[in-house]
Amino acid sequence: MAFSLSNVDKIVGKETYLKNVSLTFESGSQNVILGRTLAGKTTLLRIMAGLDKPTKGKLMENGADVTGVSVRKRSVAMVYQQFVNYPSLSVYANIASPLRLAGMAKAEVDRRVRETAAMLHIEPLLNRLPAELSGGQQQRTAIARALVKDAQLLLLDEPLVNLDYKLREELRVELQQIFKARDSIVVYTTTEPTEALMLGGNIVVMHEGRVLQSGPTAEVYHNPASISVAAVFSDPPINRIETRVKGGFAELGRILSVPLDGHLTGLPEGDYIFGVRSNHLFLNRQHERDIKITAKVELAEINGSETFIHVIYNGAPLVVQEEGIHQRKLGSEIDIYVRARKFYIFDAKGPLVRAPRIEAA
Amino acid sequence: MSKWEDNKAWFLVLPVFLVVAFSAIIPLMTVVNYSVQDILGPGDRVFVGDEWYRDVLTDFRLHEALWRQIVYSFCVLAIEVPLGIGVALTLPKKGWGVSACLVLLALPLLIPWNVVGTIWVVFSRPDIGLTGVTLNNLFGIPYNFTANPVHSWLTVLIMDVWHWTPLVILLCYAGLRAIPEAYYQAAKIDGASRFAVFRYIQLPKMRGVLLIAVLLRFMDSFMIYTEPFVLTGGGPGNSTTFLSQYLTKMAVGQFDLGPAAAFSLVYFLIILLFSYIFYTVISSFDKGEA
Repeated sequence: MAFSLSNVDKIVGKETYLKNVSLTFESGSQNVILGRTLAGKTTLLRIMAGLDKPTKGKLMENGADVTGVSVRKRSVAMVYQQFVNYPSLSVYANIASPLRLAGMAKAEVDRRVRETAAMLHIEPLLNRLPAELSGGQQQRTAIARALVKDAQLLLLDEPLVNLDYKLREELRVELQQIFKARDSIVVYTTTEPTEALMLGGNIVVMHEGRVLQSGPTAEVYHNPASISVAAVFSDPPINRIETRVKGGFAELGRILSVPLDGHLTGLPEGDYIFGVRSNHLFLNRQHERDIKITAKVELAEINGSETFIHVIYNGAPLVVQEEGIHQRKLGSEIDIYVRARKFYIFDAKGPLVRAPRIEAA
Repeated sequence: MSKWEDNKAWFLVLPVFLVVAFSAIIPLMTVVNYSVQDILGPGDRVFVGDEWYRDVLTDFRLHEALWRQIVYSFCVLAIEVPLGIGVALTLPKKGWGVSACLVLLALPLLIPWNVVGTIWVVFSRPDIGLTGVTLNNLFGIPYNFTANPVHSWLTVLIMDVWHWTPLVILLCYAGLRAIPEAYYQAAKIDGASRFAVFRYIQLPKMRGVLLIAVLLRFMDSFMIYTEPFVLTGGGPGNSTTFLSQYLTKMAVGQFDLGPAAAFSLVYFLIILLFSYIFYTVISSFDKGEA
């Protein structure tokens, strides 16, 4: 099956939720919609499901127009951020509910419920009520309910956001396996670049109701079409260094001149934004060709086994991501090292001019 | 040092003991005291043991009042709870209508109880009241709540429904508003019917507030006093004399303090028992609530 949206707008009152969205999804594909909060991800899913009507534009299913066709007549399943299960029904009855409503034979219902429960490792819980389960188990039940009816369109709206870190990692790996084995169209929204990368497949990067870029996930990660895509698809957002290229040199932050070599060779003169992801800034020299810059420490935030050091370089903020725990005195001037071969070169207006070469490992 | 030796913590609990003693235990003990003595005059009393209790428990007028009370409370719950749920389901979910409806609904709750009684007296009088005159003259129904026990009963019941259903509506409405939109969407995607949405999402999600609504309405209706006192004065005959009124007649009207005290305690125990039964029964159904 192929599902496509063409020129979809969603406007409520004066608020524009979606603007000119055109996308195509193929059967058996895993698609991640990546965007920050308010990017329009949930609105897009609701329109795809047929829960909401688009203000403008069309939805096509195998070439047939399904715009405005009620969700009841479509083959859709959806998983939400909240753990949505029928509170007074057992896990078994919850998973069976869409099949029973569809009028399926009892034996077939039983077989499918048990199969799906086994897939999500909730077999021992079939007789419990949702309130007697942990958050992770509740969401597994909700996912089982969505999977069991074998809908052609499986929509997941930030399904792991309300789970703790450990459960999220665990379920993410399982989900990826489950999605791979299905031939429905899976659409999964998230705000986290790492989650998008782990799930693989295709990606749609959204920002403020518009689709910025779509394509195979790894390809979009390595070749973001614009600085906005790079910002959404990096966590922390990609560092920007305003740079002027003149006389064969790039003046980083307009103060430090570095020669144009590697993938920068032959860059025309003019103003650019050099983007570099936080994991390509270092506290210690890693490579002889790393560029040393001096910046002032604003904040050092330790997150699990990583440290994010926020610095100001020539008036612009940068974030250095380092493995391990590092302490730096606030307000002090420190040296940081930039890997020049990892620079993304964006035009001052935003579009990508050059991407770094993809290196193995 | 053994862990039992340092008992200073008790001092911290002392204020609570004092408050409870003055607010509950001492007044209650006074009633207990009266219930086992015959007060003949100031400073003149005789210990009578369980005599008042035996009197009260075998008083057939009290039995009548108790049955009347049970039937009344049952009717109140049977009408107000389903009606409250029904109205709450039809209330608007957003826009100016929400505040308009809520304010209108809350109005009866803001009226003092004896005023409610007075309003209904005026409203129902067969000679000048809107309902009374309409029923008698327009529909030819010989309605007279001061003379006909059935009319009197219905009037008290309808007054209670008018006065207290808004409370049930407000509680149910709050319960309904707390259900995330995603539940309705999920049901829609499943293809569930309107009734299934009510039965499997709204009702289970409202259980908590319904438990409170049933308990509050039961206790209040079981102790009803002011409105029927003003409206019917317990009559005609004893047809609308509920437990509280009977008790008041005994204690204030006839000044039988001993039997009234014994009755008070029995009354208190009955309410406690019923509330406990309600609570256990309903909360055993309540496990499914997320």
